[in-house]
Amino acid sequence: MPRWREAALPLLLFALLGAAPWIGFGEGYVLSLLARAMILGIAALGLHLLVGGAGLVSLGHAALLGIGAYAVVVLDAARVTEAVWVVPASILGAALFALLTGAVAVRTSGVQFIMITLAFAQMAFFIAGSLSVYGGDDGYTLYGRTELFGRRWLEDRLVFHYLCLALLAGAWALVGMLLASRFGRVLRAARENALRVAALGFNPVPYRLLAYVIAGGMAGLAGALLANATEFVAPSYLAWQRSGDLLFMVILGGLGAPHGAVLGALAMVLLEEWLGHWTAHWRLIFGPLLILAVLFLKGGLAGLPAQLRGAGRG
Amino acid sequence: MADLPPARPGAGTPILALEGLRKRFGGLTVTDDVSLAVAPRGIHAVIGPNGAGKTTLIHQISGTLRPDAGRIRFAGREITHLPLHRRARLGLARSFQITAVLPGFSALENVALAVQAGAGSSFRFFRPAAGEARLNEPAMAALEQVGLAARAAVKAGALSHGEKRQLELAIALALRPKLLLLDEPLAGAGPEETERLIALLGRLKADYAILLVEHDMQAVFALADAVSVLVYGRLIASGAPAAIRADPAVRAAYLGEDA
Repeated sequence: MPRWREAALPLLLFALLGAAPWIGFGEGYVLSLLARAMILGIAALGLHLLVGGAGLVSLGHAALLGIGAYAVVVLDAARVTEAVWVVPASILGAALFALLTGAVAVRTSGVQFIMITLAFAQMAFFIAGSLSVYGGDDGYTLYGRTELFGRRWLEDRLVFHYLCLALLAGAWALVGMLLASRFGRVLRAARENALRVAALGFNPVPYRLLAYVIAGGMAGLAGALLANATEFVAPSYLAWQRSGDLLFMVILGGLGAPHGAVLGALAMVLLEEWLGHWTAHWRLIFGPLLILAVLFLKGGLAGLPAQLRGAGRG
Repeated sequence: MADLPPARPGAGTPILALEGLRKRFGGLTVTDDVSLAVAPRGIHAVIGPNGAGKTTLIHQISGTLRPDAGRIRFAGREITHLPLHRRARLGLARSFQITAVLPGFSALENVALAVQAGAGSSFRFFRPAAGEARLNEPAMAALEQVGLAARAAVKAGALSHGEKRQLELAIALALRPKLLLLDEPLAGAGPEETERLIALLGRLKADYAILLVEHDMQAVFALADAVSVLVYGRLIASGAPAAIRADPAVRAAYLGEDA
């Protein structure tokens, strides 16, 4: 478990998200925005395990998210809407894709890894677009949200909000635990020097592959939630632009600690929305803001408190 | 093997035996029919002028390079075709010529990772590894052995060059290896650090088999129980330090340069 000092900021963050519906953010529109940020946060946490932990920069993470979402679609078309089936299908479907593609990808690193994950994701993207049964390029509208034990709990905005929050907190705790464990130590060591780790008797490949599969499962879960949040799934879920967004969340949030991924997801989703209201040309402002953040926030958003303390002392 | 005397007579079967090892890079033969036996205790030094193929030889023994021909036997089994990490598992620990400690890990965590390699499965996901006494205690003992205990909490990237050398040794020791491959452990160390490291190696050789590649001739002749001389990839002599020092071929080919 993370030490209390390190956990203070993420716990405060989760408390704020928990209080949000009661402190003036209870509108449906705001809640759906927060849900979207939390869901992408779950996927970003998995990506943090890869980028921040194993040093594997994936540019295909959205494919795993999309596969999780399409698992909901496939079952929905077959009239299966029970969460007991849908959620495991999303997680296992994405994890299986991660296992098959990761078996090739994790043997490489650096630019090669980026290109291979991108290539596999593009394959999945085009396959999703060609599935005319599920709407092809136009996407697929769900009949309704996933049921839990036969009841439509998830239709309730508050229930959905707290479900996303609980899963986000769980994902955060899982990634923190994995990174601190023996398994995570080998991952982190192999990121710093793979040859040294091999000279100690570790083969980094199975450790990296398992991390990739776990991150895949988390993205699959996020995909199932995202499909429910929008009640609509399209191939754009798997697009490489979304993979880029996820990567940006992780880096903007900071690679030093898992809650960076959560901060990054919240910042990206909320900033995008806020700027979008302000002007139609919001991307012109968004881009430079991100560049400034990367240049001046050394430890990302998660490192901001330490950076401010340092500046105060200096 | 019959044409080579055992490295130290009466020391038992060799822990490491190279038989007719060959390696070519294009037209250049860097390892030319090298046969060598390393005793299970003591320091066996490999010396030779620059470009003699010493590091290439270490790479083939540790498994980062494959020989074109010949066999490598280690602890009673052939390891010629095993990858690096499998050889490490069998008890073959190496230090790197250019230090390869993990800069972002503390000194203690660097060594604890090595302990972890020999302490059961590393596919454990729940307990924080940093709190495991089973890993930290042997790691601390290895740090004490090399005289680095006071710097345990310091990030390895912030250690001095000599301290990184000591840390390399602590990492190798924590693997409880059957053979230590040390590739120029004194390279770049200051005079005081060199003295400390020589004293340390002198202590270690009572308990370990060490294959030492080193340029510092004073250190080699002060420490080694056996010396092999490599010139242009060929082993021109192998034997006790005194015999090597007196060998005319060695003097001509190598020691003559500066002795």
